[in-house]
Amino acid sequence: MIELIAQNPILAALVALVGLSIVFGALLGFAAEKFKVVGDPIVEQIDELLPQTQCGQCGFPGCRPYAESIAAGDVINKCPPGGQSTINAIANLLDVPAPELDAEHGVESEVKTVAYIREDECIGCTKCIQACPVDAILGAAKLMHTVITDECTGCDLCVEPCPVDCIDMLPVAETIADWKWSIPAKPGQMIATDRRGEVSPAVHNEDAA
Amino acid sequence: MSRTWVTPGGVHPPENKHQSLTQPIGQLPIPEKLIIPLSQHIGAPATPCVEIGQQVLKGQVIAQATGVVSIPMHAPSSGTISAIEHRPIAHASGMLAPCIEITTDGADTWIEHEGISDYEHISPSKLIEMVGNAGISGMGGAGFPSAVKLNPGRQRPIDTLIVNATECEPYITADDSAIRERAGEIIEGIKILSAILDHPTNIMIGIEDNKPEAIAALAPHVEDSGISVVVFPTKYPSGGEKQLIYILTGKELPAGKLPADEGMICINIGTTYAIKRAVIDGEPLISRVTTVTGDAVGTPRNYDTLIGTPVRHLLEHNQFDEQAGGRVIMGGPMMGFTLPSADVPIVKTTNCILAPSYAEIPDDDPAQPCIRCGMCAEACPVSLLPQQLFWYAQAEEHDRLEAHNLFDCIECGACSYVCPSNIPLVQYYRAAKGDIRKAREEKVKSDHARERFEFHKERIEQAEREKEAKRAARREATQQAKADHLAATASGGAAPSAPATATPASAVPSSSAADIIAAAQARAAAKQANPEDQRAKLERTIASAEQRLKMAEEKLAEAINDDSGKQDKLSAAVENTRQKLEQSKSKLAELAE
Repeated sequence: MIELIAQNPILAALVALVGLSIVFGALLGFAAEKFKVVGDPIVEQIDELLPQTQCGQCGFPGCRPYAESIAAGDVINKCPPGGQSTINAIANLLDVPAPELDAEHGVESEVKTVAYIREDECIGCTKCIQACPVDAILGAAKLMHTVITDECTGCDLCVEPCPVDCIDMLPVAETIADWKWSIPAKPGQMIATDRRGEVSPAVHNEDAA
Repeated sequence: MSRTWVTPGGVHPPENKHQSLTQPIGQLPIPEKLIIPLSQHIGAPATPCVEIGQQVLKGQVIAQATGVVSIPMHAPSSGTISAIEHRPIAHASGMLAPCIEITTDGADTWIEHEGISDYEHISPSKLIEMVGNAGISGMGGAGFPSAVKLNPGRQRPIDTLIVNATECEPYITADDSAIRERAGEIIEGIKILSAILDHPTNIMIGIEDNKPEAIAALAPHVEDSGISVVVFPTKYPSGGEKQLIYILTGKELPAGKLPADEGMICINIGTTYAIKRAVIDGEPLISRVTTVTGDAVGTPRNYDTLIGTPVRHLLEHNQFDEQAGGRVIMGGPMMGFTLPSADVPIVKTTNCILAPSYAEIPDDDPAQPCIRCGMCAEACPVSLLPQQLFWYAQAEEHDRLEAHNLFDCIECGACSYVCPSNIPLVQYYRAAKGDIRKAREEKVKSDHARERFEFHKERIEQAEREKEAKRAARREATQQAKADHLAATASGGAAPSAPATATPASAVPSSSAADIIAAAQARAAAKQANPEDQRAKLERTIASAEQRLKMAEEKLAEAINDDSGKQDKLSAAVENTRQKLEQSKSKLAELAE
């Protein structure tokens, strides 16, 4: 046998190659089983990106059901609280083009809001408490209710059920603690005369447009 | 002379320090109003402990520290509290923050205060307490509460104390002039720090070689004291904490680590002076040396300024020419920011008020596109890739920014300084950092909201399940009873003692009547099945039986007295009640078992 192989270089090469492929194939197969990485399920990843307001504006009862629906092939532009940035993030994750927000489900609001109950008008009907998806409203039957501002996601689901219309959505005021620098105008968007307000930015923007 | 190391990058902007060093540290008249922001430091804002209209003396506490990482505030001069409200403060946003306003009375009367001279014999914790009570926070820039920094709750002992006298930013000479005039007190402060830190083996004052007078002033005081003055070549930014530590020790502080993790403490030289005043003289931190400079002021110089002095007061006493320059910058030209108004007060971290003329510091030229020249990367003292960060910041790619260590950027401005395209790079990094921090906060909030939503859902479902279970149990009991009943009627013929079936009209038990009976039985069974209910019921029975027994016995006693012939009847009733009571009691006992 050995002699036969030694005399036949083609056969020797074949045996060596087949032998090597069997060994490496087995090795790779073993590694694939042994070091199998269970990927993060896509629903979890989408749910991570959604804003968790649980507002239901997408038509689903909460963020997770919508994430499940997206994973099953639904469109990704039904989330107004998340806005374009969330759509972009999901598009990035799923590797699909990012569409504009579907206006049918609402518009992206510029400012974050929280619910505020005008307490002297509250009749204590508990309807808003039942509507709140994150249990952020405190109160009892026939007693005044109030919103725990820190827990409110601003979903405005409590506004509609209120029979006396005593819930307002108030914008959250920016404080020094959460102020941040803004990105400067991109290079090339400003010319020398813009510097000291010699040409007002508004005029310049119109020109640019 | 000990060895020094050289940091990467760095720039050499014109120093412009000589202008403000021609005169000694000056004193200003006490301003009419002092505005003391409650948050001049890193950590929780102080809580006011005075009322409007209250008289305060110089050095009196007007706001208490809130929690551990906070500092108290003191009245910088005597007077009346005239307002506690939101005022514009020295912040790039131009927003308002809570402040206490004092209308000064000009008398400048001190509150009673007393220091200690033999600090060597006082426990470090007592000394740290004194530093904390004096409201001292780092005076170099960030304003971290000094007492927290010195607190010994750390894993390893401090073997190196570094005093930062670098003052590398152009124009600023506050530390330089303070060292020239107060070297003795500063060294005293360092000795107190040494006592607090249990005498570290290595005490160094790091100072750039552009301050020969200050170095000469320190020399006589450090002889035989174990403190070494380390002089190194001038380069911006050498005064950053991590940069200075590298220059003096050759140790690179890992990202996210504090100097204390490596057995080092780095403290600003102005802070050491404040510590000396606090311990030896018992005076809180109510004033600091501030440089007023720039071509738009008459005489650039340093002032010993009361905390809370409006910037306008400083400028007005220095012939500020508003025409020459419109801007007032707090801090230096590299890291400072333009003040929204001159009414903001000087705070504990204000080392410089710069009022340049337009000729001196012209407005930034408009930014041109990045040409990838790489000069910013050469200038970066932290060895980051500024142009790369710039691209990612523009594209708002937060993951990439973090991967490129954006958060190690010290915002020194060296990259913007060398950029031939005039791109305001640091502003991009600040904005990106803000965005990332906000995104992190929102992530925490949304995770929290998800948790609450899931709990809410779980709770609703739980309630629903319980209701459903009850319903099912009832249904099952009904069916069981019905089956039993049917079985009984089928085998035994007539229904046992069923009044509904006893009526002649319905000799054949109608199914509806059987249903009703079965339901009633099921209800009874369900009630009995619940031992709690049963016990309550029995207890009620016992209580009422006892009462009845009592009444019956009374009646019996009456009857015996009257001799009315009802005795037999009544005694039988009493016996009967007693028996019932016994029965109930034994049942209850059974149930309890």
